[in-house]
Order: sequence, then structure tokens, then C-alpha cells
Amino acid sequence: MRDVAVVGFAQAPNVRSTPGTTNGVEMLVPIFAQVYEQTGLSKSDIGFWCSGSSDYLAGRAFSFISAIDAIGAFPPIHESHVEMDAAWALYEAWLKIRTGEVDTALVYGFGKSSAGQLRRVLALQLDPYTVAPLWPDSVSIAGLQARLGLDAGLWSEKDLAEVAARSRADATRNPHAQFSGASEIADLLDAPYVADPLRAHDIAPVTDGAAVIVLAAAERAHEFAERPAVITGIEHRVDTPVLVARDLTRSPSTEAAGQAVGTGDVEIAELHAPFTHQELILRTALGLGDDVRVNPSGGVLTGNPMFAAGLARIGEAATRILTGQASKVLAHATSGPALQQNLVAVLEA
Amino acid sequence: MSTPLSAPLDLAFDYTRSLGPVLGRFAAGLRERRIEGVRGSDGRVHVPPVEYDPVTAAALTEFVPVSDEGTVLSWSWIPEPLEGQPLTTPFAWALVRLDGADTAMLHAVHVDSPAEMRTGMRVRVRWADEPAGHIRDIAYFLPVGADDGPSPAPPPKSEQDGVMVTPIQLHYQHSASPEESRYLRGLAEGKLIGQRCPKCEKVYIPPRGACPTDGVPTVDEVELPDTGIVTTFCIVNVPFLGQRIKPPYVAAYILLDGADIAFLHLVLGCDAADVRMGMRVKANWKPRDEWWTSLENISHFEPTGEPDAPYESFAHHL
Repeated sequence: MRDVAVVGFAQAPNVRSTPGTTNGVEMLVPIFAQVYEQTGLSKSDIGFWCSGSSDYLAGRAFSFISAIDAIGAFPPIHESHVEMDAAWALYEAWLKIRTGEVDTALVYGFGKSSAGQLRRVLALQLDPYTVAPLWPDSVSIAGLQARLGLDAGLWSEKDLAEVAARSRADATRNPHAQFSGASEIADLLDAPYVADPLRAHDIAPVTDGAAVIVLAAAERAHEFAERPAVITGIEHRVDTPVLVARDLTRSPSTEAAGQAVGTGDVEIAELHAPFTHQELILRTALGLGDDVRVNPSGGVLTGNPMFAAGLARIGEAATRILTGQASKVLAHATSGPALQQNLVAVLEA
Repeated sequence: MSTPLSAPLDLAFDYTRSLGPVLGRFAAGLRERRIEGVRGSDGRVHVPPVEYDPVTAAALTEFVPVSDEGTVLSWSWIPEPLEGQPLTTPFAWALVRLDGADTAMLHAVHVDSPAEMRTGMRVRVRWADEPAGHIRDIAYFLPVGADDGPSPAPPPKSEQDGVMVTPIQLHYQHSASPEESRYLRGLAEGKLIGQRCPKCEKVYIPPRGACPTDGVPTVDEVELPDTGIVTTFCIVNVPFLGQRIKPPYVAAYILLDGADIAFLHLVLGCDAADVRMGMRVKANWKPRDEWWTSLENISHFEPTGEPDAPYESFAHHL
């Protein structure tokens, strides 16, 4: 089967809230224009379209249908959708190209997290019988996970603050970031708890945003990009939905996906870690050494558009190759509570 | 451009779920104020019970009664509880492993401050006063030895009904697009405002955030008349909850003169059996003092009596 490459990437600014609609059209139209310009492709050249978004985020049934207006879906197009982060939409598009059904695909994800109360909306991802009826919010669940590692001595609050400080410093070079800037570890540790043991810097912000990636069959990729980022491995795995049936200080599904793709020799890793301690869990699960540069974009701690953030990690990683800064990179995306579902991709020049 | 229209959108519904043999037995137990787990393939006792083994996916059937006392494995503090959570005053979320169980359950612990929480502390169930066969029959946990006020009434005997109801309430701020906002504000003034795609020049009402053919926002404003034709229609014969008009009546796609897209509305003022494709119709507006930013300002459409439009003139709008 043939290889697939990323040939274009664009994202909307990561912002606390937009005045736009929950169907994302306002955020998507400009970034579609950007990838058309980058790749020289037009709407009619795209073989397959796939998106990731959530009705619960929008508060409306079939909300992704209105987003299709951003494509200009007449005459009819070949289209699909996942109710997950759009990184999983990218997986579906990757399969479509790999099996030879199409040569090109455009993948997009969008989310207006600010329309509702994100911490409550995400509670509805949990087991609907014994967990979700209690409305445990996403930040509290991450707090339970963080404390398990603190108590076990796997990380300290200082380790977590260091992740936050590095992310914010890196984000100063990312024009799309919601947060950036220098911070002293001592100051971060002086901040009050938001959900003891988590402080504000440990928690990804509520973000509205969108991202888009164009994929092409590797043998045609040079028509659309000078230095395509070839996906040499992509795998996704899922852990049990029973939250406490696994050791929450580990991510077995990331570990399995990482082993399947092979993470050796990667220079840069873009990890989808909405909480500081989750970056540490992921680094361990992927066996990343200290020589691997993690989240040069600032990562999702500096901007976390739901359902687009995982796709954006793949885009950010691919950009390092497209622009000649690296020759082998890793991208990771997560979906669901407490790192339940994980996707790992390796891209090479 | 003026600010897009925006309004609160509140959703509420009762999730009504069948429980099946494993969760049904667990819920029935809760109603009688006792807790049962299920033994996994590896011998571990899962509480709450799981229907299938998380490791081997084998169906699990061996029930094991466990204690209503247990140990906190981890906790986090919620200083400002959110709507729907077990307590309205600050509390701790905790993973509690009940005595006799091997996995932990997520629930709330009622203490006054995070200083009263620690990993390894002993807690016990405070049962809800009114059991319902639901996870919320556990109201919350308390530190062992804490005073929990008057005890709930003695455990009732329950008939297992195998169904649980969870009310869901979500709150959003819904925003209309700039194009939709122009249209809705126009309606409040009795105007029907469409917008034209700059590329294909089709006129959309309501206007679109992006033209479905060209993917670009519609921009040029076009005021449309309140006359048009019926492109297609159906006769509603079925009564349903919340229905405002007595069946039979007609729901139709109305194509306004000068528009390139039809919208759904009612055709009244004639016998339902007389409505035809191509029939000329005109808006019947409600009294002006009832107008707001809504298509409800038009009560319905009714026949004008003019000759029908020929099929060819609307065939490409079907």
C-alpha cells in the first residue's frame, strides 16, 4: 500500500472565545483558503473530506452538517465525520488514500468550547450509568490522576510547574497561541489551587479554534509541497472506559501505539497533553529521551481548541518537516477522559 | 457591521436507560442500601460492577457483596461545585476503594476543607434519603466517625425495574452568524432579507455563512418580496406532542420570488387537498406588535389565486 504525506496545515487563532457560530464556518473558511494557497489545490481537487467535532460542544444535533458550508459542498462531495478529535478524522482520510480510493484529502476539526461550560460538557463522555450522573468535571478528574502520581512519587508539583513554564516560553514563538510568556517556577507554585492538586498553569485553557490538514498520496505529494511530511507510522489504541480499571499514572494505549509505530530517533514530539502531568505520562509511555524536543509550539497548555487540538499537533509536527527544521518527528493526539484514547504518528522528510 | 445576535440556549432532557442484568442488579442493590460488585476474570472485584471484563472482555456474572466503608486512593478539591454535582458546598472528588473491592469508585466526599482530606483516609457511604435505584442513591461519602445527622429511613424493599433516569441540563450561549443576524433583524422590521453569493450570484434566504457551492460568505443584501411559490409540500395527518394546528394541514417549501433556495413554512387558508406544486402564495403576517427577530412573524402562507408557475420554472429548485 502506498504512503501518505501531510502537504498543508493551517489553524485559526487560539482564543478564549469567538463571536462566531458553533458550526465553525467563520473559523474554517479563512484556513481552508490558506491551505489551498499553500498546496495549489482547489476545492474540486480534493478527493475526500473528513472532520472531527462534537454536538455536545455545540449544543445541537448534527452540528457538523452546517460546517460543510465552509467547503462549498455542491456539487456533492465525498465526506465523513468523527465525533472525536479530528486526528481520528485524519486517520480515516489516511486509510482512504492508503487504499488507493483517493489521492488527496482535506481534514478539519473545530470547536467553540466557549459556547457552553466545557468542564460540565466533558462529563458526558464518561460512563453514563455510574459516573456521568455525578457530573464529575474534566478538571477534577485530571486532579485525581495528578495526585495518584504525586503520592507515588512519579512527579512533584515543581515538575508540573516546569512543564507549564517551558510550554509558555515556547509559545512566545507561536503566533496562534492563546497564552505565552516567561514565568518563574516559584511564582507558579505560589499560585492558588484551582482544583487541588492542580493550579491554573496545570490546566489547558478553554479555547475556541479550528485546524486543517491536507494529505496526499506520497507519490504525488511533491506536486503540492516542496518537502512533504510522509506519515511513516500511525496507530491508535483505546484504554478501558472504566476509569479506574487501569493505573491512571500510565497510558497503556499510548504505550501500545508508540511501540507499534516505533518512536526511535524522533527529534521533535508534539504531545496532546491538556494537563501538565499528562505530558509526563506521555513522555514515559512513548519512551522519549531528554534529547527529544517536546512541544516547541507550546502545546495545548497554551491553547486547546477541542476537537482540533490533536489534529493541530500533527500539523505542528508536520510543519517542522515542511519547513526543513527536522527530518523525523512524532505527533500524539488524545480524546476522551484522562487520556483514554490515544493516537501516535511518526512523520519523516 | 453590528454584533451578531446571541441568546441563551438551555437544553434539558431525561436520559432513560435500560440497565441489563449486571447494572440492574447493582442499581436494585443501591435502592436497598447495599453494594454489590462483580468478580473479574483475574479475580479482582469491580465496584461499580462492569458487564464485561476490562482486560479479557469476558461477560462477568459472579456478584460479590462489598462494604459501604472504604479507603480514599486519590482526591481532588472542587472549591466551587458545578450544577448537578453531588454537593452544593465545596467538596472533594475521590477514588474510593470499598472494603472487599479491588477497584475504586468515583464519588464525592463531604468535608469542609481540603485540609481534612488525605490519601488513605477511611470513608463511608451516606445514603440518599429517597432511594431511586441509581448511583445517586449514594448521596456522598463521609469520613468514618463523622456525624451525618439523622439516619435515613430503613432500607425499602425494591422491585427491580431495570431502568434508570438521569436528568441532563446543559447551558449554552448560542450565536447566529453575521448573515443570519442581518436576516433575523430584518424580520423584526417585517423585511425578508436574503444575501447573494458573490461568485455564483445565487440568493439565499436565510443567508448562509458560506455559499454551499463556492464556500465563500454571502455578502450582498437583497430584500425579497413576501410572495412566492410552493415547490414541494406534505400534508400532515399525524397528531404529535406540541402540535399547534389541527391536522390535516400543509407544510411546504416556499420559494420566494427572486430567491434561489426554498424554506419550510405552513400553507393555510385553503383545503389541504388543494395545495399544488407551483401554487402562488403570499405571506400572512401576524399583527405588527407581535413581531420579533423570528420567522414566526409570518403566521403562514396562503394562496394568491394567481395562475400556477410552470414546473420548468422551479424544477431546478427541487
